[in-house]
Amino acid sequence: MKSTDQTRIHEALADATFEAYKSAVIRLPPDVLRVIEQAAAAETSPVARGEFDNILQNITMAEKLGVPMCQDTGVPVIYLTIPPDVPLTKELYDAVAEGVRKATKEVPLRPNVVDPLTRHNTNDNTGHGMPAIHVKPGEKFTVTVFPKGAGAENMSRIGMLLPSQVGQVEKFVVETVFLAGSRPCPPIVIGVGIGGTFDGAAAMAKEALLQPLDTMTEYERGMLAAVNRLGIGPMGLGGDFTALAVKVKTAGCHTASLPVAVNIQCWANRHATVEVPL
Amino acid sequence: MSAKIAKPVQLRTPLGEEVLALHAGDHVELSGLVYTARDEAHLRMQKEGIPFDPQGAVIYHCGPVIQDKRVIAAGPTTSARMNELSGFLFDKGVRGLIGKGGMGTRVREQLNGRGVYLAFTGGCAALAADRMTLKGVFFEDLGMAEAVWVIELDRLPLVVGIDAHGSDIFGEVSKHADAEFARYRKS
Repeated sequence: MKSTDQTRIHEALADATFEAYKSAVIRLPPDVLRVIEQAAAAETSPVARGEFDNILQNITMAEKLGVPMCQDTGVPVIYLTIPPDVPLTKELYDAVAEGVRKATKEVPLRPNVVDPLTRHNTNDNTGHGMPAIHVKPGEKFTVTVFPKGAGAENMSRIGMLLPSQVGQVEKFVVETVFLAGSRPCPPIVIGVGIGGTFDGAAAMAKEALLQPLDTMTEYERGMLAAVNRLGIGPMGLGGDFTALAVKVKTAGCHTASLPVAVNIQCWANRHATVEVPL
Repeated sequence: MSAKIAKPVQLRTPLGEEVLALHAGDHVELSGLVYTARDEAHLRMQKEGIPFDPQGAVIYHCGPVIQDKRVIAAGPTTSARMNELSGFLFDKGVRGLIGKGGMGTRVREQLNGRGVYLAFTGGCAALAADRMTLKGVFFEDLGMAEAVWVIELDRLPLVVGIDAHGSDIFGEVSKHADAEFARYRKS
């Protein structure tokens, strides 16, 4: 591939990242909106219904005004699929960062990324190892932006359970939501990664949040019902919907291990995918 | 069938004795000036004094996105971080706090006979921005998120989370969740 082609691809990727970021923070994916609307219609607590009214009005208003639906515009979690004819180079990572910087300035996004120890803010939402970029091979060249806010992310947990504790996975998930209480801005979406390795379980829990929320397995529905029995409700004000959905991903693991990761996401399960034109 | 939400009570700052008539669970719409303050602003106010008239004032736990002197996004932040930082405000006449997630027992006691904690839906930054006009700023050197922004509200939809009589929705909900989770503790 010629270098001019390379430059063009990098520019296209930066633009696509910008577009996906902007779209993600302003409007929710249709499946996410559907589960919020379904919950709003089914909720029985008057206080919780008021919270759902505000959430739905807020979603409408963000779209109408073209502004982010939440002031915590998150940190950039990025998923790329790369087709066989696009070489995976450092420049691809730079192009994504460029798109993030542009989005920070122009959407605008709140500058959230700091050095973990000095707490120095880079003011452009990039930094060492940030954006967090995950790459997979694919047929099309796409960029998915999943802005992750801190309120919910901070409530996430990982447990290295014993192989004999397969029956305790639900307890670990319910306990995570119980400990989180009102802090992750419920109604939440719960991503669960089971198996793999310590780091792999966490990655699966995050990826699970990107799967369609309006279809759940029996296992997922069972965990959702258990979580909702806690009655924490929207914003911790009580109600039928502490969570909107539970999504599980699994991977093979060591016979002596049972890693379980729970990634918590607030109702604003924002993500958008844009195809990069080649 | 679900219960219908009663018509919200209209309130305007500065607040007075009318807040004492509110009960946890009441829906209200708040208009008038409010002041944003997070951790850093509370610490600064404790040290240097409150830069606005605190009589009947309402503090909003919020770190907004401001661009070209306009409120772009301004949802609430977690109020519990200010649990140990809020007492002096009520002593100076503050009547209300707005935030998300509720506050500790100490604040519930401090609000007794004086003021209310109003919950605003977390993440509802666009709805908030639509009901807000920026009027000024104090402590701008603290940065965008931590500065005290003076904001005029136009009917911001809130719910009374903690009232002036010791009733606390968040406390009740926590008790219920605790009892429910107890089942798992045995297993």
